[in-house]
Amino acid sequence: MYNFEFVKPSTLDEALAALADEDAQPLSGGQTLIPTMKQRLNQPSKLVSLLGIADLVGISDSGGTLSIKGATNHATVARETASSFPGLSGLVAKIGDPAVRNRGTIGGSIANNDPSACYPAAAMACQATIVTNAREIAADDFFQGMFATALDEGEIVTEVRFPIPVASNYQKFEQPASRFPLTGVFVAKYGDRVGVGVTGASNDGVFRWKEAEEALAANFSADAISNLTVPADDMISDLHGSAEYRAHLVKVMTGRAVAAC
Amino acid sequence: MPKDGIGASTKRREDIRFLTGTGRYTDDINLAKQLHVHFLRADVAHATINGIDTSAADSMPGVARIFTAKDFDGVGGLPCGWQVTDKHGQPMQEPKHPILAEGKIRHVGEIVAAVVADTVEQARDAAEAIELDLTELPAVIDMKKAVADASVKVHDDLTSNLCYDWGFVEENKAAVEDAFAKAAHVTTLELKNNRLVANPMEPRVAVGDFTAHDGMSTLYTTSQNPHVIRLLMGAFVLGIPEHKLRVVAPDVGGGFGTKIFHYAEEAFCTFAAKQLKRPVKWTSTRSEAFMSDAHGRDHVTKIELALDADNNFTAIRTETYANMGAYLSTFAPSVPTWLHGTLMAGNYRTPVIYVNVKAVFTNTVPVDAYRGAGRPEATYQLERLIDQAARELKVSPVDLRRQNFIKPDQFPYATPVAVEYDTGNYDATLDKALDLADAAGFEARAADSKSRGKLRGFGVANYIEACGIAPSNLVGQLGARAGLYESATVRVNATGGIVVMTGSHSHGQGHETTFPQVIADMIGIGADQVEIVHGDTANTPMGMGTYGSRSLAVGGSAMVRAAEKVINKAKKIAAHIMEASDSDIELKDGQFTVAGTDKSLAWGDVTLAAYVPHNYPLEDLEPGLEETAFYDPSNFTYPAGTYICEVEVDPDTGKIDVLNFTAADDFGNVVNPMIVEGQVHGGVGQGIGQAMLENCAYDEDGQLLSASYMDYAMPRAADLPMITVDHSCQTPCTHNPLGVKGCGEAGAIGSPPALVNAVLDALNRNGHDIAHIDMPLTPSRVWQAMNK
Ligand SMILES: Cc1cc2nc3c(=O)[nH]c(=O)nc-3n(C[C@H](O)[C@H](O)[C@H](O)COP(=O)(O)OP(=O)(O)OC[C@H]3O[C@@H](n4cnc5c(N)ncnc54)[C@H](O)[C@@H]3O)c2cc1C
Repeated sequence: MYNFEFVKPSTLDEALAALADEDAQPLSGGQTLIPTMKQRLNQPSKLVSLLGIADLVGISDSGGTLSIKGATNHATVARETASSFPGLSGLVAKIGDPAVRNRGTIGGSIANNDPSACYPAAAMACQATIVTNAREIAADDFFQGMFATALDEGEIVTEVRFPIPVASNYQKFEQPASRFPLTGVFVAKYGDRVGVGVTGASNDGVFRWKEAEEALAANFSADAISNLTVPADDMISDLHGSAEYRAHLVKVMTGRAVAAC
Repeated sequence: MPKDGIGASTKRREDIRFLTGTGRYTDDINLAKQLHVHFLRADVAHATINGIDTSAADSMPGVARIFTAKDFDGVGGLPCGWQVTDKHGQPMQEPKHPILAEGKIRHVGEIVAAVVADTVEQARDAAEAIELDLTELPAVIDMKKAVADASVKVHDDLTSNLCYDWGFVEENKAAVEDAFAKAAHVTTLELKNNRLVANPMEPRVAVGDFTAHDGMSTLYTTSQNPHVIRLLMGAFVLGIPEHKLRVVAPDVGGGFGTKIFHYAEEAFCTFAAKQLKRPVKWTSTRSEAFMSDAHGRDHVTKIELALDADNNFTAIRTETYANMGAYLSTFAPSVPTWLHGTLMAGNYRTPVIYVNVKAVFTNTVPVDAYRGAGRPEATYQLERLIDQAARELKVSPVDLRRQNFIKPDQFPYATPVAVEYDTGNYDATLDKALDLADAAGFEARAADSKSRGKLRGFGVANYIEACGIAPSNLVGQLGARAGLYESATVRVNATGGIVVMTGSHSHGQGHETTFPQVIADMIGIGADQVEIVHGDTANTPMGMGTYGSRSLAVGGSAMVRAAEKVINKAKKIAAHIMEASDSDIELKDGQFTVAGTDKSLAWGDVTLAAYVPHNYPLEDLEPGLEETAFYDPSNFTYPAGTYICEVEVDPDTGKIDVLNFTAADDFGNVVNPMIVEGQVHGGVGQGIGQAMLENCAYDEDGQLLSASYMDYAMPRAADLPMITVDHSCQTPCTHNPLGVKGCGEAGAIGSPPALVNAVLDALNRNGHDIAHIDMPLTPSRVWQAMNK
């Protein structure tokens, strides 16, 4: 690890001011950032912890929308959404291990946009709104490919708003080593539409499987997607699975998520 | 007999310190004025080093000195402890294995420069300021290509990338060809034994120290065999005589073979400490461990089995490519040869066998022994092959095995691959395992799985291994440059307590618990009266260390021999005091008695007399009660057994669920059943890891693809089933005093073929026609095989 400054402000404004410094970076749970720093792959001049900002923690449920503040950790979300949004609670409860869940946050996960992160699948399927200190961004616009987002330099994810579906489920097929999803699919059923968010599979990062969304909107059953195929062209191929395999898993996991809804 | 003697499942006394954080590992050792070294490691697999510019780094804060290969002029390379002779009678090709890369980089992770500084962070900072001038070269990764095409050589001074081309038994070759020509059926399989990284929980650590007042060098290191390191490093690398060199291996957090070998970092820290007159410490990071600990396995094999019209095995022929990596690690050449070819008969009566092994240099981390070492590779090939033969012949794989077993009345049995099994009963472990695994109920369970859309399979594998390594005169003839005896000193204190100084080394095996049980049993005192000392060349007799399931069979035997000497002497003392003849003295429950009388003396009375020799036969006996023995085994021991695995495959994803695992082992006599079961559990866990999860992979440029736990999959508790372990089928070893065979490696040897056989059974009995899938059987590989 290289040397860096560390500040832990108690207000968002102080945090934004601190982030104005060159090479300053926000720190939430540190579950992604700290390992990269230990390997000297990242050299921030200053870390600005967001965990001291009371306004950035908490969950609220109003009028069918679940709002999770940016620095809320996974364990809290898993616990507090168990009855209001069991599909999301189930997703979060399977992120990493207890230590990771007690530290890692929704803001960090969404901002990092790891191609295998779980939260983005739910955000896409639910067409969540990502709220920052500056603006509100639709999930479709926010996620822009592997590790790329619409966030500007120094912009902070303060909240994520999920319209609560009628039914939802997340199927995570684990990569055997990291236990991140090799392919994960979040299915969200609303009165007027169905969302299917896919993570882990594509070279372009998280995506919505729109053909499945349409088919499921017409007929919400696993049979509805039986004739669809997922093209393997843009899928990730690596040590843990070929592109064909991942394309196949997208369909299998979607079917299982629908069946479990 | 004491309640904690042989046969008692005494709890492991060492666990108290391990579980309460009071263990003393090498990294816990911090010496005054200690410096830290950071190794600058190659990030390319193959390159010429044109220059290393340390000028900017030299003056960075905290830097004591930066070393490169030129600082090691006159220092030897890391020695190889085994010379294999090839099929033409020529010695293997043996390149120099320098401490720091000399002129060329040959694998990712090789040390290019070493920065010694006040802190690790300062050393790392300075390492980043070192400028390397490299010319990258194409890498040699694929073994067959490395042999076929010599245009790129790992070592320019060798004639090719072939270390040796070994034939065994060369005289059998013609008979084998003949048997294949006459065979009624021939089954052929091509398979890979996947490369593994051992990943002990504790990474490697070395602390070198030099004390000017006495000119002593001391190395604290994470080793399974401190005496071997002292000999190799002292005599062959640094030129330090053994009386000026002490090697200490304190608590070691798992070895699995990878901590047997003498590594560059150990020699470096010892050398640099002497140069700088300050202690020098290195603690491996997990990332470094992936690219510098010797890897395991990595064989590519074609194996063929000839059968007659009655399904009797008539011959086996194999051709194996064995990866050596870029340099020869300490015992690397012996693994695919003498620890592998000699086991190709397995548990069966195959009359003639020919094994060909081509050991190959590639631009990868050196490969050496890993739990089982050669024997898992042999077992895997053979047990996969027999299953495939049964499938082709449409006979039961269990029946085919049983029909070809060496039968209980055929021992001692001389195999066509140069070893003689002393005892065994393979039918017994097979019957036991089938019973415990409820083979009879399998069809009903398979039907149940099918009704849930799952494919259920039942896999059987037998194994045999050669343990208790090894008769020194024999291994000497086979090319070992070391003896393989073991040693022990039994020191009885005046008040009767005992300290055993053993050359064996415990790094998880539980010697501190089991060795006292043996002594307690022999003398009839409590095991708590016995302390075990190991791991320090300053206070233990020259020993060869722990690997090859040898500690109890060889180290325990040495301890028994030393204890026998002690008891004989104590009886003489007791006879003198009780005015009886030596031959009338009996020792039982810690009491010496004179046969036919009511005279008795307690153990402690006699031991006190030995050190306060007032009433003592001083004209015939020396005072004191301390004896040393060296034990050289007359044969290997041959643990054997049957492993059964039951799996369910999810046809939609290819994911395997291991439902049940049964191990019926014949380890001969058992000292502590609980520890034996633990050893089997751990071994099976590692074997399941190899079979389903672990895969050390390189890309064609020699970059390590699985260089962290993000990509290298270790087994976790949730991946493992409940394991049923039985060791009631005992045919005690006939040639060591305890009748023990060794249990440390069995689990890792027998489990991979049992699991793979189970998966292939599941697929084939459900309509797929699949001969083989290479390990690890990841969901993706299983699905690809099903959807080809
Ligand atoms: C062992 C392990 C297993 C894991 N398994 C999974 C898994 O199965 N599924 C999964 O989805 N994830 C998994 N993770 C990742 C985990 O969910 C992390 O918590 C998450 O990726 C990052 O969250 P964090 O709060 O720790 O962010 P940090 O590490 O603190 O930050 C990550 C990045 O986001 C930036 N950042 C942080 N907060 C904000 C913010 N509010 N606004 C803008 N930028 C911000 C940081 O500057 C940094 O660049 C795993 C992690 C580990 C260590």
